[in-house]
Amino acid sequence: MWEYTDKVKEHFMNPRNVGEVTGASGIGEVGSLACGDALKLTISVNDQEIITDAKFKTFGCASAIASSSALTEMIKGMPLAEAEKITNQDIADFLGGLPKEKMHCSVMGREALEAAIASYRGVTLPMAEGEVVCECFGVTDLEVKRAVQENNLLSVEEITNFTKAGGGCGKCHDRLEALLHEVRQDKVQSAIPDRRPKRMTTIQKIKLIEEVLEREIRPTLRKDGGDIELIDVDGDIVTVSLRGSCSSCMKSQTTLKEYVEKKLREQVLDSLTVEEGRA
Amino acid sequence: MSDSADRVIYMDNNATTRVAPEVLEEMLPYFSDYYGNPSSMHNFGGQVGRKVTEARQKIADLLGASPDELIFTSCGTESDSTAILSAIQSFPDKRHIVTTRVEHPAVKNLCEHLYSLTGHKHKVTQLPVECDGTIDLGKYEESLTEDTAIVSVMWANNETGVIFPIEQMAAMAKERGILFHTDAVQAVGKIPINLKKVPVDFLSLSGHKLHAPKGIGVLYVRKGTPFAPFLIGGHQEHGRRGGTENVTSVIGLGKACELAALRMDEENTRVKALRDRLEEGLLASIPHTLLNGHKTDRLPNTTNISFEYVEGEAILLHLDRFGICASSGSACTSGSLEPSHVMRAMGVPFTAAHGSTRFSLSTYNTEEEIDFVLEHLPKIIADLRTMSPFWEEAMKAEVVCGCNCKKN
Repeated sequence: MWEYTDKVKEHFMNPRNVGEVTGASGIGEVGSLACGDALKLTISVNDQEIITDAKFKTFGCASAIASSSALTEMIKGMPLAEAEKITNQDIADFLGGLPKEKMHCSVMGREALEAAIASYRGVTLPMAEGEVVCECFGVTDLEVKRAVQENNLLSVEEITNFTKAGGGCGKCHDRLEALLHEVRQDKVQSAIPDRRPKRMTTIQKIKLIEEVLEREIRPTLRKDGGDIELIDVDGDIVTVSLRGSCSSCMKSQTTLKEYVEKKLREQVLDSLTVEEGRA
Repeated sequence: MSDSADRVIYMDNNATTRVAPEVLEEMLPYFSDYYGNPSSMHNFGGQVGRKVTEARQKIADLLGASPDELIFTSCGTESDSTAILSAIQSFPDKRHIVTTRVEHPAVKNLCEHLYSLTGHKHKVTQLPVECDGTIDLGKYEESLTEDTAIVSVMWANNETGVIFPIEQMAAMAKERGILFHTDAVQAVGKIPINLKKVPVDFLSLSGHKLHAPKGIGVLYVRKGTPFAPFLIGGHQEHGRRGGTENVTSVIGLGKACELAALRMDEENTRVKALRDRLEEGLLASIPHTLLNGHKTDRLPNTTNISFEYVEGEAILLHLDRFGICASSGSACTSGSLEPSHVMRAMGVPFTAAHGSTRFSLSTYNTEEEIDFVLEHLPKIIADLRTMSPFWEEAMKAEVVCGCNCKKN
């Protein structure tokens, strides 16, 4: 059984604004019967570009219904310019949080809102123009990249929780992994202060890590009869193996986190995580 | 979410059952007063050993088996794994397995992951089912080859209750010298089983599906069937399954089997009548409702109904508010994103698969409880449909079912 917050339960049991706005200025329809959830959002917008009314019809589970209800409550009376900034996290926060496997319900809400605003403005959404990566649920690469970007996603599993992509046959997992890396890479670059190299490829990253290991970390460990070896760098995850007296040392985890990780973060990238791998 | 419900109406007996009070009573002294090890030489342990023997006899009686054909395990899943892996070890040169698309994950996932366990590639034929959940015996016969090591087919399906013709299927395998395993977790205790007549080599059962506790299972291995143990350790179960017996649960299962035999008639008359009343009532009072599964070749306690254009989790949570416990084949309830593999194998259209709801009864259910569900469910469905963006459209256009057979 899902652990829903009281607010999710309350909005599910007593959903607000069910139905369709008559003479709607904007309509947003997302999802499908095949996917297991769908939302039709209708809004009316006045001359001052304020959302005066919003209603929904939803096919889906408790969190889908609660997210839709929450969304309509949030946007009623809101200027369009402000509504455009609503993220899926805002919807989840309004409900006091959603189980991580259900985050896609909040994403559906945000997408319906965007679609409704686009329909009001008479423009096409760029998201729909991306290339479909997950055929089971019809998710495009642009949608995946955006979810990764906005929600700071770190794994394919998280992408599935937020967008449903990869939740069916699983054939697109490699592609999702690649998109994840692509976005994370961009993020990493934008996070690096100017004194560091502007663009860092994985190879550069590995080289830099090796340098720091050789110059500072190894000599220190060797003083205590220990040693360290770099095993792998996967995105921001650095896998190392502690050798010599370090491998049997009770404090090796502290060494790893407090010393090795700290040094690498200072001198290479502050988003790195150091883990011990068994070689 | 059942905060407001002051009583529980339990209609999810294919998930698990209440431990019968008689079963619990039988078990209790063996936790604290008679805690001996049945393998011990002293009488304090020996008396426990005799009680285990007694329980084994009762279980054998329910199945029409001999007591030494039974191996106690920890659950249905362990029984399934033991049987299939044993057959593969017994016939290392045969690299083919026949099963169905609607098996429980205990069999389905095992067959799909055999490579990582055995290091050998096995070809797995997953037989399709018809849209009423039944199997085509012609297709089954065609699937059997010289290379087939074992057939593993469930006796009755957990989601729909559909019963497979195990007697015929086992006989067809036997003629060809192929081992036959059946996962009878849902069938034991609900329909009569006589292994003197049904030539299966292995049968799995699970205690908690028939009012015994969780954590006890049995694997039946027919005398003369080659067998390789799964858990290797002590001499227990004649070396076929190491590990000290789960004594209290074994005793509980013995009592539960005795009760099941006594209640078999009631299960197939009164409980069946309750099920039919519920099913007919729902099909009659709620439009756009389909029965999933064959109408008659079915367990007496199970009904699986799809309410089109609504989603299962939402139905369950509304039922939960009234204390009614049921389950669903919808994607959302399983934690996966796709509806149940059973519904998909049957070709249930998406409009209906997400709204499939299973009620599974037991002898503890009453007519009053059925009426309570019949009173509240139609409004729940109507409310959810008002909220569904597809309902209005569907009402405008007649929906064509993608399936060739007639459903209701």
